[in-house]
Amino acid sequence: MKWLLVFAMVIATVLGDLLQSHEMKRAGEQSVSARGLARLLHVIAQRRLLILGIACNAVSFFSFMALVQTEPLSFAVPASSASFVLETLLAKFVLHERLGARRTAGALAVLAGVVLVGG
Amino acid sequence: MTNLPQRSGALLKTYSVLVFFLALKAAGNSAMAWGMKQVPERMSMNPALYLHAMLNPFVALGVIALMLALLTRMALFSLADLSFVLPVTAIGYVIAVFLGKVFLHETVTHQRWLGTLLIFAGAVLVGSTSRNTTPLAGSP
Repeated sequence: MKWLLVFAMVIATVLGDLLQSHEMKRAGEQSVSARGLARLLHVIAQRRLLILGIACNAVSFFSFMALVQTEPLSFAVPASSASFVLETLLAKFVLHERLGARRTAGALAVLAGVVLVGG
Repeated sequence: MTNLPQRSGALLKTYSVLVFFLALKAAGNSAMAWGMKQVPERMSMNPALYLHAMLNPFVALGVIALMLALLTRMALFSLADLSFVLPVTAIGYVIAVFLGKVFLHETVTHQRWLGTLLIFAGAVLVGSTSRNTTPLAGSP
């Protein structure tokens, strides 16, 4: 059950983040002031893929919620990091972001750290 | 595709939104983990159980903070690459380990502390790269 929850959480996270990153880049710069958040809600209401991305977040969120009930936060949080590798690769090949040497090195250090934290 | 010029205002905004996100995420995760441990029923596929769990005030507080964190993260996606946002928000793992130890009394081994150090160093490294490498839509 524990690993099934981790699996559901990772797949939903990857799909959700990819959709949200793709759509938000097209929505223009947003802010987090009260007015900014109201505008952001308006943007969300107009973009179906963004709503699908949030639905993926919901699946990921409920899996996480069930996971933290039985597992320590220090397992549940790093376990979610499997999505990190998948997402970074998809950011390069699907979203066409340029990773560069420094960003790749940093991402690998973060990944190694997350594995150590979870191990 | 060329790099857009880095405006210091936009850069400051990116980091402010990042800090705001990390604070909301840490508060939300901790409140939820604390609350869920007080909920007697095991979660299953039944959505009613989740709604019932939200009657716990810590769980409810956690849900509100995490919903705001979600919106803040979406704003961050409008400012920076996915491959930038992911490593820099990994600072959240470091905060989670600290909060897990201090408030939830979880055991943190030397290996975990080394991991948090690597996450922090990696996030700083990624944070020093250009935050956006794809064309952004102009603000309407």
